[in-house]
Amino acid sequence: MNDEKTQEKTSKMDLNRRAMPHQPPMIRRNNFDEVALGYTEELARAEASRCLQCKKPRCVTGCPVEIDIPGFIACVKKGDFAAGIKKIKEKNCLPSVSGRVCPQESQCESKCILLNKGGEIAIGRIERFLADWEAKQGKVDLPKKAKPTGKKVAIVGSGPAGLTVAGDLILLGHEVTIFEALHKAGGVLIYGIPEFRLPKAIVARELDYLKSLGVKVYTDFVVGKTRSIDELLEEFDAIFVGTGAGLPWFMSIPGENLNGVYSANEYLTRMNLMKGYLAPRSATPVKKHVKVAVVGGGNVAMDSARTALRMGASESHIVYRRSHAELPARAEEAENAEEEGVIFDLLTLPLRYIGDENGWIKEIECIKMELGEPDASGRRTPVEKPGSNFRMPIDAVVVAIGNSPNPLVPATTPGLDTTKRGTLVADPETGKTTRGRVWAGGDIVTGAATVILAMGAGRKAARAMQEYLTTGKQ
Amino acid sequence: MKKVIERSMIVPNMHLLEIEAPEIATKVRPGQFVIVIPVEEGERIPLSIADYDTEKGTISIVFMEVGASTSALACLKAGDEVATCVGPLGNETTIPSSENVLLVGGCYGIGSLYPVAKELKKKGNRVSTLLEARSSYLIYWQNRFIPLSERIYTITRDGSLGTKGHISRLPDVINSMPEKPDRIIVNGCTYLMAHTSEITKELGIPVVVNLNPIMIDGTGMCGVCRVTVSGQTKFACVDGPEFDGHNIDWKEFLARRKAYMTEEALFFRKSDARFAHKEGKCAWHE
Ligand SMILES: Cc1cc2nc3c(=O)[nH]c(=O)nc-3n(C[C@H](O)[C@H](O)[C@H](O)COP(=O)(O)OP(=O)(O)OC[C@H]3O[C@@H](n4cnc5c(N)ncnc54)[C@H](O)[C@@H]3O)c2cc1C
Ligand SMILES: Cc1cc2nc3c(=O)[nH]c(=O)nc-3n(C[C@H](O)[C@H](O)[C@H](O)COP(=O)(O)OP(=O)(O)OC[C@H]3O[C@@H](n4cnc5c(N)ncnc54)[C@H](O)[C@@H]3O)c2cc1C
Ligand code: SF4
Ligand code: SF4
Ligand code: FES
Repeated sequence: MNDEKTQEKTSKMDLNRRAMPHQPPMIRRNNFDEVALGYTEELARAEASRCLQCKKPRCVTGCPVEIDIPGFIACVKKGDFAAGIKKIKEKNCLPSVSGRVCPQESQCESKCILLNKGGEIAIGRIERFLADWEAKQGKVDLPKKAKPTGKKVAIVGSGPAGLTVAGDLILLGHEVTIFEALHKAGGVLIYGIPEFRLPKAIVARELDYLKSLGVKVYTDFVVGKTRSIDELLEEFDAIFVGTGAGLPWFMSIPGENLNGVYSANEYLTRMNLMKGYLAPRSATPVKKHVKVAVVGGGNVAMDSARTALRMGASESHIVYRRSHAELPARAEEAENAEEEGVIFDLLTLPLRYIGDENGWIKEIECIKMELGEPDASGRRTPVEKPGSNFRMPIDAVVVAIGNSPNPLVPATTPGLDTTKRGTLVADPETGKTTRGRVWAGGDIVTGAATVILAMGAGRKAARAMQEYLTTGKQ
Repeated sequence: MKKVIERSMIVPNMHLLEIEAPEIATKVRPGQFVIVIPVEEGERIPLSIADYDTEKGTISIVFMEVGASTSALACLKAGDEVATCVGPLGNETTIPSSENVLLVGGCYGIGSLYPVAKELKKKGNRVSTLLEARSSYLIYWQNRFIPLSERIYTITRDGSLGTKGHISRLPDVINSMPEKPDRIIVNGCTYLMAHTSEITKELGIPVVVNLNPIMIDGTGMCGVCRVTVSGQTKFACVDGPEFDGHNIDWKEFLARRKAYMTEEALFFRKSDARFAHKEGKCAWHE
């Protein structure tokens, strides 16, 4: 694409990216309803008409599952939403999820040619619009399934990776069964990401869709405990492992086991999966906290800090050791958090947690940091500023610095190799593990990543599994 | 959904619950537990498996009615359902061979020690059993332990059976034994496990406890079940629940277990289980 021509074309158009309607910050910080309200038809079409329909669309190279972005945007521009959603679904079976949670600013939208020319196209928002439009039509057209092959596939874990494999393989005529350890399917989409960012009804809808295609879902089934992979291999022709993240990391600083110090997984599971936000109507107990500090700067940290506000905290802090520019969270979420009143204590590192006589946290001792030389990854390493220690009175801490991979399946499956970090060894192109007839993908292979990467991995594994199921070649 | 085969009160406030769960019954090992959600949208609570029947495809749990979730379980009848029962979780109890083992059980731990006793006997160990309770009428399942144990001891607070007093009388019991035990396995309330660990440290007898911290998922995801063992953080649901009692930071453990006491009481006051009691629907008031 020639720059001058682009210039000429764009100059005739309204250059502003269409903003998405949101609940006002001071209202939404008090409820668990979805924050972003989504484009109207008009907004979606207006935003779509800004797209230049590039011949060599760079946006597509930024999408891990290579959606035909100009293709679906053209449909929206014309108002043919049914065709648009169909285009997306060729590559992505959970657009209502990815449209909401993809870090678009570092993926598809970061590559859009309009990035520096008046605003990249809001690809994610248009994608979300189409998915929501489809849901509003009520009946989703069930795609045609291939003739039954008689082959049986087991999927371990019902996160985005597992759901993608299930969706792909059921259409190819195989019998698909999902085993999920928790009492609700959906993985992080259900137990982690809060209602106000991804309504659970959306995840439920996607699951119903898979079930209507014939996917069997067994919850309350812990592979490695209820049955081992080896036992499942006796019954199933192929297995996909998508067990995601496991034990939360802590920093190994004093006081981490005080009451009131949560891992983000615990905090968010209590609130989301166990419906703590309905307390005291919900059975799982939650504490009322006044001042909450969340340690970390990713999506998980933002979700925790914003949940704390909604649970009635008068102050919710993000304590992060680098600066704003390095926050790994989706830009939109950090912005939303800030608008809602989350306080950002940047370049700050907790050193220890101080408890009261009953074992409850009451203070954090922190130290200020400054950015030093860039490290191997090019990010500037934070270094402590000597003598800058200070104390923060607080009555709860949520530690959101990451997780190790879920340990159960690797620990109970002989011959299934793991890396030093505990992730499963799997071929990045096929998901093939070191055990015959076992494939894997998502966070259990990559470590904490994103929904769309997990789905992409699921898709690749499904392709390789299909190859095995039809040709016997692994 | 899992079907309830039977629910009965075995001694005051202590219930036996038999659930149809063939996939668990065929896998469970002594010392493992399940996570139960009594009613839809309820809380996930861990409960030890006290017995299982592989052929019938059932597991049994002994539980004490202490709060909202356990009182919901206490209202169940044969034919009812529990929303979730998932397992078997945790590692099995380490079973030595040809040792002289003293089992110490109190509260629900008398039940959860039963499969351990059977397995110990099977592996050629000599088993002695000490049952502890407030009073003789709170002791159950002695009959089950008799054929498995060389000796049965009891400690009751009111002296109505066996030694009078508290678990602090454990050294007296040990002194009365023909030989000092090679190891002690203790299951039951936190105080029983903490005190037994303290006492046996002085006596130099290894002690194994089956820890019961607050849990949510029970699969190594949430981290709420962490305990400090030998100065290191461990996760009871996947690293345990069995641990060396001498290495546990009991003070921290006790504080963590009590974290939600106020909220639990509040919820209990408001919950349906309580209403069931009031309306006379609960088995208690039948
Ligand atoms: C709070 C939070 C916010 C996030 N926000 C974003 C975001 O905005 N955008 C984004 O792209 N990504 C986000 N992520 C990351 C994203 O959710 C994950 O990368 C993605 O969910 C990984 O998918 P997965 O399929 O690999 O596993 P998961 O979603 O982790 O699902 C794994 C499932 O397997 C089950 N399981 C585990 N072990 C067993 C077993 N032994 N037997 C049976 N089942 C088992 C688990 O219970 C779970 O349901 C966020 C993550 C969190 C925690
Ligand atoms: C591995 C393990 C095995 C157990 N086995 C048994 C058993 O066989 N029989 C039995 O009666 N009890 C057992 N417990 C304890 C049992 O889980 C609690 O008694 C139960 O959760 C109380 O719930 P509630 O709602 O009735 O009472 P609540 O009023 O909610 O709580 C009463 C007390 O129980 C503890 N507790 C509450 N919620 C939990 C939770 N989610 N996880 C753990 N503890 C909690 C707390 O100390 C709390 O103060 C076990 C616990 C663990 C961790
Ligand atoms: S799936 Fe994600 S990265 Fe791909 S186009 Fe949609 S929003 Fe962009
Ligand atoms: S979204 Fe951007 S890069 Fe993609 S086709 Fe449209 S203008 Fe070009
Ligand atoms: S109960 Fe959640 S990690 Fe152990």
